[in-house]
Parts: sequence; C-alpha cells; structure tokens
Amino acid sequence: MHLVLFLIFAGLCLAGALNLLFQRHPINSALSLIVVMTSLAVLYLLLGAEFLALAQIIVYSGAIMVLFVFVIMLLNVSAEERTHGSRIAYLAGIPGVLALFAILASIFLSLTKNLGSAQLGEFLVTTSDLSRVLFRDLLLPFEVTSVLILVAILGAVVLARKEH
Amino acid sequence: MNTLLLFVLLSLLKVAIVTVILLTSVAYTVLLERKVVGRIQNRWGPSRVGPFGLLQPLADGIKLFLKEDIIPSGVYRPLYLLAPMIALGCALISISVIPFGAALRVHGVDLFQIADLNIGLLVLLAVTSVGVYGIALSGWASNNKYSLMGSVRATAQMISYELALGLSLVGVVLRAGSLRLRDIVNIQSAHGMRSWNIFGGFQFVAFFIYLIAAYAETNRTPFDLPEAETELTGGYHTEYSSMKFAMFFMAEYANMITVGCVATLLFLGGWSSPFGHLLPVIGGPIVQALLPVAWFVAKVFFFLFLYIWVRGTLPRFRYDQLMGFGWKVLMPLALANIIVTSLVLAIRS
Amino acid sequence: MIPISWYLVLSAALFSIGVSAFLIKRNIISIFMSIELMLNAVNLAFVTFAHHWHQVSGQIFVFFVMVVAAAEAAVGLAIIIAVFRSRDTLNVDQINLMKL
Repeated sequence: MHLVLFLIFAGLCLAGALNLLFQRHPINSALSLIVVMTSLAVLYLLLGAEFLALAQIIVYSGAIMVLFVFVIMLLNVSAEERTHGSRIAYLAGIPGVLALFAILASIFLSLTKNLGSAQLGEFLVTTSDLSRVLFRDLLLPFEVTSVLILVAILGAVVLARKEH
Repeated sequence: MNTLLLFVLLSLLKVAIVTVILLTSVAYTVLLERKVVGRIQNRWGPSRVGPFGLLQPLADGIKLFLKEDIIPSGVYRPLYLLAPMIALGCALISISVIPFGAALRVHGVDLFQIADLNIGLLVLLAVTSVGVYGIALSGWASNNKYSLMGSVRATAQMISYELALGLSLVGVVLRAGSLRLRDIVNIQSAHGMRSWNIFGGFQFVAFFIYLIAAYAETNRTPFDLPEAETELTGGYHTEYSSMKFAMFFMAEYANMITVGCVATLLFLGGWSSPFGHLLPVIGGPIVQALLPVAWFVAKVFFFLFLYIWVRGTLPRFRYDQLMGFGWKVLMPLALANIIVTSLVLAIRS
Repeated sequence: MIPISWYLVLSAALFSIGVSAFLIKRNIISIFMSIELMLNAVNLAFVTFAHHWHQVSGQIFVFFVMVVAAAEAAVGLAIIIAVFRSRDTLNVDQINLMKL
C-alpha cells in the first residue's frame, strides 16, 4: 500500500518537475509546479505530517501558486525566448547539477541501512503536537515571522502601487 | 485481505451513492432557485414539464447534453478543456469529508460519511482554495477579454474572501479544540439549540462573516461580479458551451450545497436536533438513525433557500466596494472575533 | 515499508531539477518558480528527517519555510510587476540595467 502510493506520487512529483523544466510557457510550468506541490502533500501524509500536508495544499497550491497564475494572467506573459545567457548555463550548469545529484543520491543510497525504513502510521504528528512545540518552545521565532509577514505586506503594497 | 477488499468495495459504493445524491440535489437546487426567484418576482417559474415542473432539471440536462459542443479556434486547448474539470472535480471532492448524520458503523464502514479525517475542516479549505484554478484558467485559456476580466476578478475576489472565511472558522475550532468535523458537531449537540455555536457558542459574528465570505467564494449575488452579465456578457464561461458550460454550472451549485453543509456543521449543530432532549425518543432504530439526517437536510435546505432569497433581493456590489468590504470590514471583524473568543475561552478554563 | 533514503533521493532529484530550471529558464517568473521548487524539495527532506528521528521540530522548520515562501512570493511578484511596468519585458537577459 505504502509502496504503491509512494511510487505513484513520487512519479507524479518527478514528472511535474521535469515538465516545469521543459515547458516554454510559464503557465504550463506553473501548473506542473502545482502538481509537484500537491503530490508532495500526499508524501507528507505518508510520512505522518497531516497538518503540514494540508498546509502545503492551502499555502502553496492554494495561495502562492494562485498568485503566480494571477500574475501570469495579469501580465499576459507569452512563451519565453531562449537567449545567449541560457547557452552558458547549459554548458557550465548542467554537468554541475548532475554531479550534485549524483553525489547526494550516492550518499543517501549508501546510508540506506543506517536510515532504516518508513512505515505507515508509525509516527503521526497531530495538529496539537505541532502547535504545542510551535507555541511553547518556538514562540519567539513564530512572533518574528509575523513581523516578517507584516514587512512583506508593506513591501508588496509599496512596490505594486502605481506612480502618480 | 478480505476485510480490506470489503472496506474498499463498501467505500466505493458509498462514494457512488453520495455522488449521485449530490448531483441530483444540484439539479433540484437549480429548479428550486428558478421556482423561488420566480415567486419573488411575481411569476410562476418552470411549471410545464411534469407535475409542478418537477421534471424540468431532466429537460435542462437533455438540452445541455444535446447542444453542439463548440471549441473556438483561438483558445488554448489543453487548459480550456481542463478548467471545467478542475472546477467540477473540486466542487465534488469537498463533499467527501462531510458527515451527514450521527456515526453509524456497519462492518467498520461509517454509513453517513465517506472519510472521517482528523483534519476534515482543513481538507475543505484546501479543496476550496484549489477550486480557484478552474475559474482562473478558464478565463485565461478562452482568449477573450471578457472571460479574462471575469476570471481575474474572480481570482482576486476568491483569494481575498478566503482569508475572511478561514479566519471566521478559527473561533469554532478554538471552541471544539479539534479540526475533526464530528468533534465539532459533538460539542454542539448537548442541549439542542442552546449549545449550537451560533447561539450558545457566541459565534454569530463569525457566522455572518462566514455567510458573506461564502457568498463571495461561490460567486453568487451580491458578489457575482465574475459573471456579471450586464458588464462581462458571461464572465469566465462566455466561450463555453454544452456540457462544459454545464460543468461550471453544476460546480457552482455543488459549491453552494457544500458551503451550506459546512455552515450547518460548524454553526448550526450539524445533524443534532434543535430541541435536544426536550423531545421524547420516538420510533425504532431506523428512525433514530435517519432523524439526524433529516435535521441535517432541513438545515442545508434553509441555507439554500437563504442563498436564493438573497439573490432575488439584493443588487450587485461595485468591484472596489467588494474588495474594500472584504479587506477593511470582514477581515478585522474576523480577527476581533478570534481575539474575543480565545480570551473568553482562556478565562473560563 | 519504504527505505527513508528513497524519500531523500526524491528530494535530491527535485532539488537538482529546480537548480537546472533556475539556470536554463530566462523568464523571471519561471525562475522564481524554480526557486519555489527547490524550497519544496528541501521541505520534503525536512519532513523525512522528522519522521526518521521522530521529532516534531523538523516539521516546524517546514512550517517556517512555508511562511517565508509566502512572504517571498508576495514581495517577489510585486517586484516582477514593477519591473514589467518599467521595462515591458520579463526576460532576465534584457533586464540588465540598474536604472532606466
């Protein structure tokens, strides 16, 4: 059961990410990113993070990506054109990225024995567990992030204002 | 393995039955709306097909199904086809976490709820927030300025009102101490109407915020600017015809029903009777199991009637008024409600 | 039963795809989206480690990343709109002047 669900949604994640990479039009990239985020939410559920899974859908798929789609619609963005900058990135960046992935993957796979395995329902974080840690031990960081959000709102309002 | 198979089969059966019931009630909500708006405007409403016009939904369905399916040449095809599916899909998915009656288990399968989740309320919010894409993409993919205007309006409106909607539910969650819908109903079912969140829980401010935000979320009058026919022809579904138009139409009414169910569960005590233990226990076990469902349906029906009543009565907002109302009135009110509720709860405990 | 390392390899793959999209894409909105993809990949690693160590704090990290990502998206998209208003393009190769 766990294996089947993992394979389906990990496959969807990878397919969405690759589609994001290869699509020319930003709206297609945005939609494939939504697929990635929603499949990640299912993976979070498999790992016992039920609140985070739904927060992932509400915040990422439902708010952040809606903003992206909204901006793409508002600016009526067309498919991107390739220019000289991207050729340098191909030559230098892609081998580097492949090397990075190879190193990370080989490290993780060599540690397979030590890391053990995940089982469904073995570790479940309920919303109250999460909030207990968040509002007792990590209250100060939480309050600081609220200031961050306030600053972000002010910044967005100032930036998006029309000059008179 | 056998129990798993039985569980899966029973669950699939449940999903099928609930979907059929939901789609039928969508069809009859449309009829109800036409009838009631007709009476409000001093006319009859549909009355020719079948007794009292009761077969009208069937005739409408056949008409929409047989119409020519036009795909305009300028549209962006994949998204144009995907958008109505997202809209209807999200509208139907949200019914899956809603409990219709008191828990009744047969072979370990809950008869009156498809899935009982610890985080049911969040699932509802998540599905609503994903449903925005149906409308946003339909307008953009149609390659029509009226559609685009409609969907840009709808997106902005739905993001803004989602905030007030989410915040208005926090008071209820604070009272129940759980995001599970059954828990939220259970704390309201002790003393009949007096323990409902809207009365005994002092959540009437939250209730009205929820009501207004829900009207905006489902794009209904007085917040139906995305499809304001006087300014935008048909809004985001201008370029849609036949079944694809019907899918948007069904999605709108299915959303209305879901919103009514959620309001019933969160504020009006769900399936619990308004008289609590004042009424003597009547009937056998079957009546006892079905009576809560009847109460639930009655409350949802009240909501749908309210929706239609508002549509027949109120004029449409102007767009800047709509955004201003959402951000400057509803959101501060919802925040104040959260502060007061949490203070009261903290002092009491 | 899934080896924890599979989740981590998936996270590494998503991160690498995000980096390469960041390098290849020329549209500023797509570049921004690849940053979001990288953040999501890291979140998956956090949740996986939270599961491995049976610690809630790993999930709290994800919570904070989400909050920061939301703030970042609001400001970033506002900047993108401002840039588009003054330059009429979203191609990063053409946005090469500090001042217009």
